[in-house]
Amino acid sequence: MELSGSEIIVQFLKDEGVEYVFGYPGGAVLHIYDAIHQQDDVKHILVRHEQGATHAADGYARATGKPGVVLVTSGPGATNAITGIATAYMDSAPMIVLSGQVPSGMIGSDAFQEVDAIGCTRPCVKHNFLVKDINDLAITLKKAFYVATSGRPGPVLVDIPKDITAPQIKIPYQYPESINMRSYNPTVKGHPRQIKKAVELLLSAKRPMMYSGGGVILGDAAQELRTLTRQLGFPITQTLMGLGAYPAPDPQNVGMLGMHGTYEANMAMHECDVLFAIGARFDDRITGDTSKFCPHAKIIHIDIDPASISKNINVDIPIVGEVKKVLSDMAQIITDSHQKPDQEALAKWWGKIKNWQAQDCLAYDRDSQHIKPQSVIETLYEVTHGDAFVTSDVGQHQMFAAQFYPFNEPRRWINSGGLGTMGFGLPSAMGVKLAFPDADVACVTGEGSIQMCIQELSTCLQYDLPVKIVNLNNRYLGMVRQWQEFFYEKRYSHSYMDALPDFVKLTESYGHVGIRVENPADLKSAMEEAFAMKDRLVFLDVITDQTENVYPMIQAGAAHNQMEISPDHQKRQNSINPEGELA
Amino acid sequence: MRHIISLLVENESGALSRIAGLFSARGYNIESLTVATTEDPTLSRMTIVTLGSDKIIEQITKQLNKLIDVVKLQDMTDKDHIEREMMFVKVRAEGESRRSEIQRVSDIFRARIIDVTDTTYCIELTGSSRKLDAYIKTLHEGDVIEVVRSGSMGITRGEKSLSL
Ligand SMILES: Cc1ncc(C[n+]2csc(CCOP(=O)(O)OP(=O)(O)O)c2C)c(N)n1
Ligand SMILES: [Mg+2]
Repeated sequence: MELSGSEIIVQFLKDEGVEYVFGYPGGAVLHIYDAIHQQDDVKHILVRHEQGATHAADGYARATGKPGVVLVTSGPGATNAITGIATAYMDSAPMIVLSGQVPSGMIGSDAFQEVDAIGCTRPCVKHNFLVKDINDLAITLKKAFYVATSGRPGPVLVDIPKDITAPQIKIPYQYPESINMRSYNPTVKGHPRQIKKAVELLLSAKRPMMYSGGGVILGDAAQELRTLTRQLGFPITQTLMGLGAYPAPDPQNVGMLGMHGTYEANMAMHECDVLFAIGARFDDRITGDTSKFCPHAKIIHIDIDPASISKNINVDIPIVGEVKKVLSDMAQIITDSHQKPDQEALAKWWGKIKNWQAQDCLAYDRDSQHIKPQSVIETLYEVTHGDAFVTSDVGQHQMFAAQFYPFNEPRRWINSGGLGTMGFGLPSAMGVKLAFPDADVACVTGEGSIQMCIQELSTCLQYDLPVKIVNLNNRYLGMVRQWQEFFYEKRYSHSYMDALPDFVKLTESYGHVGIRVENPADLKSAMEEAFAMKDRLVFLDVITDQTENVYPMIQAGAAHNQMEISPDHQKRQNSINPEGELA
Repeated sequence: MRHIISLLVENESGALSRIAGLFSARGYNIESLTVATTEDPTLSRMTIVTLGSDKIIEQITKQLNKLIDVVKLQDMTDKDHIEREMMFVKVRAEGESRRSEIQRVSDIFRARIIDVTDTTYCIELTGSSRKLDAYIKTLHEGDVIEVVRSGSMGITRGEKSLSL
């Protein structure tokens, strides 16, 4: 088959099983767009901003486990995509970005819309390629998909000069079925001796704690995690990125850990004698003060990325390998050994944890005449029967969603954890909705974040993507305001969202449905009304309490046993004794 | 501690900037970096000399290994290895006694004078980085006109090699 470079790209995507490409045209990719026009197998979604394309592809990838594909033009097309590439990089989402480039002969001449896309993206991609010869095009694309989806996944950019895609130049094309790269062999099998040592340590633990992260979701290891956790009977906490791998409503789950994690999860981290970290990377929002992190614990760590091991926290038993396989090996070894953890010690440990749980650290004022943001998420959970895909933006609303929507399944909670990118919520919801058209997809957002990619409302209309937007409208960059309240003596510098649009009218002008909710009594019925409109995008503009803060909170750089639970300052001061327990 | 790390990398245009970028982005130290193509034109050999605690060196090697263009890596520091650096020094050499003094010292260091003018010598010297430092110290500071150093390169002794 003789194909032009453009035709090779499109045919390759089809052969690779790509359903959707999220993109935006421009000079350097016109040939490619012409090839896209002449077929229907690979569907192109025209976003309204390249950042939207990357987040949409990212949402699609996180919900499905398949790589998301983006197509942008050179120069501003590529630079607009960078925020979304970096977002995917920080959260290890598999993504392929095809960027147009000025013709090979003009590279380096400051040509119109020329930017060094390879150089610009280098620090925030897993790898990138510049295609210099049409004969390398198909194999380079194959490499890009292989690198993006294997090992620790991540975004890969392929920069394609315009001349490579010219319709006149045709070469024979064959889909490269497999690929071998001498410089890239992601380690996959955990070391058996390390695994055995880890099992022995787990079985000897008196106060064990499991801490699982996004790696369990990326590695499709939720089932294995559940089996092993139940077999051991240990408490488990999950990171912001790991929510849903272990079902939140399960009694062994003690909730999220870290800066806005639960009191019980953080206290159990502080007190445990064996910490079992699974596909988690000891991020600073988790560890707080690293010198006071899990001071009594021996640590086991499974990760597919050797560089994640002992990076922030030294571990005692590292296991480099695929989480799924390592967890199932462990479960097997324990079954075969007919051994059990020390039941007496475990019962005592659970007793302690139950005491911490009794503090009810997520309590909030349910009788307020204002709508409390927590209650909005709880209502969302009720109305969607806990079965929705929930994407989120960044801020207080994100934390409330993570705390108050108990996820049962992996890949249901989709948020920008590593980079914390405002603007992620709506476009990522579009990607999810495309992948799962029959599912409820909710975007939990704030009036600040939603304005960063609001233009995608137009894309939603064009492609019939009836997502539900739940805007926790507190008229503040709430998370910024919270820090200013706590740490800057309430000097609210530029965190008030003045001159807000009328979101209902705005949504309507985009051709969708807008509903404003101002009264707690109307919340549930409005939410039900929104989700009953299966085929309409509904923007729920919920006017929430402006003064609400996210609790519990560990200040940046503090230790796990230095949580602040109650919003009442006096109580906060007095409530925790020097051992970190509530008085 | 000072570490000397050898790498085999794909001979691709972006490889060097990826490695240099890694060091600057993560705040690691580069004492020296040398690179050239090997007998296999698809591979480059790079030697990096870096400073850091054991923990940082561990991260450096892991992060380097993680780069897709890095084919193989070896930290030679604790292995029996040979290390050399090459240097050119252009130095002011005026008056008979000064000229012969420079010659004498150069002989002791087994340095060679490779270019001569009425007023200058250009000297070539190969050895460990410390030897190069020591040689420079023997010259009067004001006399040194120009110094060019290659950065260190290393090779392990014996049968074992860094190759595919
Ligand atoms: C692109 C970007 N810019 C700035 C920030 C810093 N930031 C973090 S949370 C936040 C406030 C978000 O406000 P809003 O979307 O209204 O959410 P709220 O906290 O009020 O729920 C800001 C500005 C960010 N995370 N991302
Ligand atoms: Mg807000």
